[in-house]
Amino acid sequence: MSSLKEQFTPTKRFNTIAIALMLVGFIAIIALYFSTHGSGIAEADKQKQDARFWASLLQNSVYFLLVVNASMFFICATTLAWGGWQISFRRVTEAISACVPIIGVLAAIILLAIAFGDNHTIYHWTDTHHVHDDPILNHKKGFLNKGFFATVTILTVVLWSLLGYKLRAMSRKLDTNPLPSIEAGKKYMWKNTIWAALYAVVFALTVMSTVPWLWLMSIDAHWYSTMYSWYTFASTFVAGVALIALFVIYLKNKGYLELTNTEHLHDLGKFMFAFSIFWTYLWYSQFMLIWYANIPEETIYFKPRATGLYSGIFWFMFIINFIAPLLILMSRDSKRNYTIIAVVAVLIIFGHWLDFYQMVFPAISPNKVPMILYDFGVALGFVGIIMFVTGRVLSKHSLIPKNHPFIKESVIHHT
Amino acid sequence: MGVKKFIVGTFYDEQVLFPAVKKVRKAGYKLHDVYTPFPIHGLDKEMGLKDTSLHVAGFIYGITGTTTAVSFITWALTVDWQINFGGKPFFSLPAWIPITFELTVLFAAVGMVLTFCWLCQLAPFVKKDHFNPRSTDDTFVMAIECTSKTNEEEAVAFLKSIGSSEVTVENKETGWWIGRYDQDTTRFGKKIEAV
Repeated sequence: MSSLKEQFTPTKRFNTIAIALMLVGFIAIIALYFSTHGSGIAEADKQKQDARFWASLLQNSVYFLLVVNASMFFICATTLAWGGWQISFRRVTEAISACVPIIGVLAAIILLAIAFGDNHTIYHWTDTHHVHDDPILNHKKGFLNKGFFATVTILTVVLWSLLGYKLRAMSRKLDTNPLPSIEAGKKYMWKNTIWAALYAVVFALTVMSTVPWLWLMSIDAHWYSTMYSWYTFASTFVAGVALIALFVIYLKNKGYLELTNTEHLHDLGKFMFAFSIFWTYLWYSQFMLIWYANIPEETIYFKPRATGLYSGIFWFMFIINFIAPLLILMSRDSKRNYTIIAVVAVLIIFGHWLDFYQMVFPAISPNKVPMILYDFGVALGFVGIIMFVTGRVLSKHSLIPKNHPFIKESVIHHT
Repeated sequence: MGVKKFIVGTFYDEQVLFPAVKKVRKAGYKLHDVYTPFPIHGLDKEMGLKDTSLHVAGFIYGITGTTTAVSFITWALTVDWQINFGGKPFFSLPAWIPITFELTVLFAAVGMVLTFCWLCQLAPFVKKDHFNPRSTDDTFVMAIECTSKTNEEEAVAFLKSIGSSEVTVENKETGWWIGRYDQDTTRFGKKIEAV
């Protein structure tokens, strides 16, 4: 294996694009700030405009945090299952997961600023006077309060970052210290399993339950759905796998990752295909029960989305998140085609970004769909951060974990 | 299909079988099939087998199921027998999705199983000739069809030279017939051993 290209150096163009995207994001934030805080805004409208500004930051930071965190979940799930096929591009998932601390801190700052800045239009459960007179919110006080919100937010970001750091460190250690014996290999796998299992527990308690309820669902504080977190998880996981596929394809295009081939791409395509359907299953399960029961306090969530102002975005994102992957990725040949996978991956990431858009904005701006281009600009900024950080981390370590006990399984992988 | 003459070689090791398949194809012999006790990854590629169109059939069965479900429920609940379920419109698609989904799966699954059996000629009482019963146990069996150009002795020697442990020349029925192994006593003029 001496002839493998293990050292990735981001090209100048890659870095320029990443920095340009970050600049676009920065400019979009500034433009959005001035368009929502300018002098021409009526006094009565001020709070709403301020909320619109923060909601954009909230939507983008939470979405991209959960997407890069899906890479962490990918690493842990495959480690727990003792999977071998992904080892040849595992460094890519590790590099993407290295974005978690950075975007996590950004998201935590934004979320805490919204909660503690008393932005009642976004989180109206932070308004103590209002909660006092509101029997529903009063009932939820034990969960929806600033203390608990801050604790969970900070704990989540810290735990994700620490466990991610540990898992990456264990993987990188093998580059310089190869495993001396089979016994040591078994021990190494066991250690990896323990840490991955710990992460899985944290993941279950955060993304799969509390975090989406607190960060996103509490925007519609009266409404609740226990499926919401699962649905959010499916949304970000499929986008996360699409992101991994994009980086793998980019590196393949540049001549790196020689050990990764169409067999691995096929499996990534299967993941994208399967989890698009899984997402639809959860989306539909949430929608159908509420539609069938037709209880006003529940249907209030879907009224603006499925039939009201936001119905265009709602059904458009349904088409590109379900029908497009279903029909395009169904055949074996398209899952083994780099171009098709790349196009569908971009489509999926954009589609689930729209999904988050329609989760956040209808409650904040019920009378008018906000100008989506600003939010898209902010999203590009986050894409720039992900590109920049992932490129840097990829270039710091060997691209192929060549001393991993399962590397051979990945090389001979066959679907 | 009729009876044809085959040169049958047995192999005990995948490491020998794979290059042997390659050499047989390169030498221009007509490879009839390779029988193995378990599926071997990559052997299909080595043998130059094409994908079957089973998955296309599956897709067609699936959409047939979808259309059947949607059209039947639509007809039943909006035209033939309208029922008011809790004030919902007669045409209420979300409520029909589960049945539609299940009928899609049912049609695709049953259709594909039957198509698979058809393609493999599998059915109750349908019998086929074995080249070597040990291919169901521990041996890989390669069958080369004899054409008018095949020199049998040369082919036997060739198979032995590429690692086959045991080579025989046999006449075998390539098609299927309906019967029972335990009641058949002779087949194509020769006695049948129990399989």
